[in-house]
Amino acid sequence: MKFIPNSSIKKGLLKEINLENIDALFSDIPKKIKIDELALNEGLSQQEIEQKMRKIAQENKTCNELSCFTGGGIKPHYIPSVVKSIISRAEFFTAYTPYQSEASQGFLQTMFEYQSMIAEITGMDVANCSLYDGVTALSEAALMCSRVNRKKEFLIPENISWEKKSVLKNYLKGPDIKITEVSYDRKTGKIDTGDLKKKLTSDVSGVYIENPNFFGIFEDDVDEINKIVKKAGALFVVSIDPFSTGIVRTPGEYGADIVIGEGKSLGLPMDFGGSTLGIFACKKEFLRRMPGRIIGLTNDSAGKKAFCMALQTREQHIRRGRATSNICTNEGLCALAACVYLSWLGEKNLSNLSKKNFENAHNLFEKICSIKGFEPVFKGDYFNEFVIECPSDSLKINNKLIKNNVQGGLPLEKIFPDLKNCMLFGVTELHLKEDIEKFINSLKEV
Amino acid sequence: MYRSAKYEEPLLKDLESSKEKIKFFDKVPKSLKRKKKLNLPNLDETQVVRHFHRLSQMNYGIDNGIYPLGSCTMKYNPRICEEIANWDKFANTHPNQDLSTVQGNLKIMFELERMLCEITGMDYFCLQPAAGAHGEFLGMLLTRAFHEKNNEEKRNEIIIPDTAHGTNPASATMAGYNLTEIPSNKNGTVDLDILEKTLSDKTACFMLTNPNTLGIFESDILGISKMVHNAGALLYYDGANMNAIMGKAKPGDMGFDIVHLNLHKTFSTPHGGGGPGSGPVGVNIKLEKFLPVPRIGKKQDGTYTFDYDAPDSIGKIKGSYGNFSVLLKAYVYISLMGKEGLKQASEIAVLNSNYLKKKIVETGKYEMPYKDIRKHEFVISCEKLRKEKNVRAMDVAKRLLDYGLHPPTVYFPLIVKEALMIEPTETESKKDLDKYIEILLKIADEKQEILKNAPVNTPIKRVDEVSATKNPILTWDMI
Repeated sequence: MKFIPNSSIKKGLLKEINLENIDALFSDIPKKIKIDELALNEGLSQQEIEQKMRKIAQENKTCNELSCFTGGGIKPHYIPSVVKSIISRAEFFTAYTPYQSEASQGFLQTMFEYQSMIAEITGMDVANCSLYDGVTALSEAALMCSRVNRKKEFLIPENISWEKKSVLKNYLKGPDIKITEVSYDRKTGKIDTGDLKKKLTSDVSGVYIENPNFFGIFEDDVDEINKIVKKAGALFVVSIDPFSTGIVRTPGEYGADIVIGEGKSLGLPMDFGGSTLGIFACKKEFLRRMPGRIIGLTNDSAGKKAFCMALQTREQHIRRGRATSNICTNEGLCALAACVYLSWLGEKNLSNLSKKNFENAHNLFEKICSIKGFEPVFKGDYFNEFVIECPSDSLKINNKLIKNNVQGGLPLEKIFPDLKNCMLFGVTELHLKEDIEKFINSLKEV
Repeated sequence: MYRSAKYEEPLLKDLESSKEKIKFFDKVPKSLKRKKKLNLPNLDETQVVRHFHRLSQMNYGIDNGIYPLGSCTMKYNPRICEEIANWDKFANTHPNQDLSTVQGNLKIMFELERMLCEITGMDYFCLQPAAGAHGEFLGMLLTRAFHEKNNEEKRNEIIIPDTAHGTNPASATMAGYNLTEIPSNKNGTVDLDILEKTLSDKTACFMLTNPNTLGIFESDILGISKMVHNAGALLYYDGANMNAIMGKAKPGDMGFDIVHLNLHKTFSTPHGGGGPGSGPVGVNIKLEKFLPVPRIGKKQDGTYTFDYDAPDSIGKIKGSYGNFSVLLKAYVYISLMGKEGLKQASEIAVLNSNYLKKKIVETGKYEMPYKDIRKHEFVISCEKLRKEKNVRAMDVAKRLLDYGLHPPTVYFPLIVKEALMIEPTETESKKDLDKYIEILLKIADEKQEILKNAPVNTPIKRVDEVSATKNPILTWDMI
């Protein structure tokens, strides 16, 4: 068999262990539940599966075939060949979680470097070496707030994705932590600080904001927000878009205690939304309450620098029912991709990339707003996503656009009934002038 | 024999970085403007490639050799699965694209769900969880939703055997449950008397791995299932050990209500140094309505769709639809193997394990407590070596590294003293197994001093893990 070398010497092996047939190895399975075979297809050859998959692939259109301007998180970004090449090194991608440090120094060092760079772009002291995604990272952050201060109410902005709200509700259900929504300012699209003050009682464990927020808008009242959060004795949790970090200051500089984010855009393809990378970083004082695997620098028995998994006593394989999280398998290879990507970029290119995202988005925004009937919705400054009110039903517009191989914005009405006919657009460095022109022309047509 | 490279590779930040002038961008709001330089090195591509390339040469993967970590199913990862998952046609698709433009992706997910149902005997599957523990957590949420719907909120207790994986208790407490751990009987399996006494109208669910972490099949499974259901509780299947029974028996037929699988174990998607993984969850019909959204549907005209209309659904547990790239690899793997291939994988995984076990245990150098017949993995004890010369399981593990072999899982399950938990998988040849046996036996005869000083052939000597926890240095700024 293809990947089963001993299938051809089955009889010989059975003889070595004094068994007559393979069934003897399964004699402890009750007869009543024993099956002869699975109702699956016969196996295919590699050539056959490749042909089959090519056919299935034809049923997809890629974001190269479509012009994709959808906002709301994941967006197409450029992926340097170097990242693909490094994460295809089998020593990395076919390794397990690095329990045996001496045979895993390479991967451990890359995770240490990843943590260091995440700490740098978030302004935090420490970072773990990945969670599942930015969505579950929020839930883990909320759980961590309650572990730190034993309070049981978590504040979130009204304008975050429904996925995040749904996942959060599921994660906070067991420990019975209340979720309270803070409304956004209908004019600016920013968090309503008046409403935040009102809801921020001494029972609140943590306050979460996104910067830029779900509408793409910069929350620039962060210093004031931090002050009132701290005054109430709560923790300040901020989610970032890593692509903005070249031009904005870090949440650490404005007082955040925990910083999270989706790191998929750092060198990984969109993959229909997964595999993902949950960024998670915090201040040193909360380190022992942090979920997830953490890699540390230590020495070997000869005094030489060495890396290993640190603070394992918080984790499920040691602490079991009292662990800070149930995380075992995380997103190691995705963190490696982000590490290679950030080191390939460096300070200068990350800064340029942030600018380019900003400029491309502002360019598209102006062009859309110059079309009759398309209006801006919020006054707040934005990064690379923005909300536009369309002259008619946004779903219908998207249905027409897709016929021209254009994927329009994310319709918001279903999630935010206030925002009738509104769409959330997203732009990155990957959108060239001609893409934007094609898009504008298609919009004009519909 | 595998030998690691031994570089003293500097940290990225200590590589020679070019000095760049940065003009701070002032179009962002004043209060957010970056005024401090980002401390990331500016490197040439050659520097980056050589750095990571060298690091990769100090890392052991399944492509370097046998990797028999118990309960981890480190099997060979077929290259064709990797290649197809990297195709632009799949990788370059956006999760919010119009569904007419991602019919290929939906077809794969729809069919994968059906395949996993057939393999496990469950009625429905959800592909969203990103890892095994994430699947367990979803299982606990479904358990809660089920009992709440039946007005049985009082069921706040999860029972696990003392051989359970650490994630089981951690997932249960994360979902807000109280835990009761029950001791195994003298055979290393579930003690039916104790289970019966422990089950009550407070029990929400019994979580079980079958075969268990000792590699022993729970032959009383039908009795266990009856007992659990009579108590009004659910039965949960931790699928970490599914590689032992594909095409031989199905958890659904055993009476399990909820099942999670690890695609990165049984279905050969790579572990990536700890992920991305995928931990799909299967349920029987009584739990279907609680499954996360979206569900993947097939319309009469043959097109696929996402269905969000499920009033009793718990909602979501991850962004988008799961780790799609991993799902895709598993789909290719199952298609390649087919029904015969999967069955043969389990047969040979169990055969390899029993061959390895017999050849090691019959020498008397290591002992194997509990029942003899094992499935895809077995657990031996180094207790004899500890008594004779104060050699611990970890010493044996570290010495294996000197011979270029990856050690088994150590000190687990907790009920075996000085445990080595060995799972060779079906993708190792007899020659490789024989080499492993030879070295393990040789190590048992080596001097204490050698074993205590191991490893010596690795890029570094034995790591001081204690001070990594006592005085954590977790970023280069903390050095």
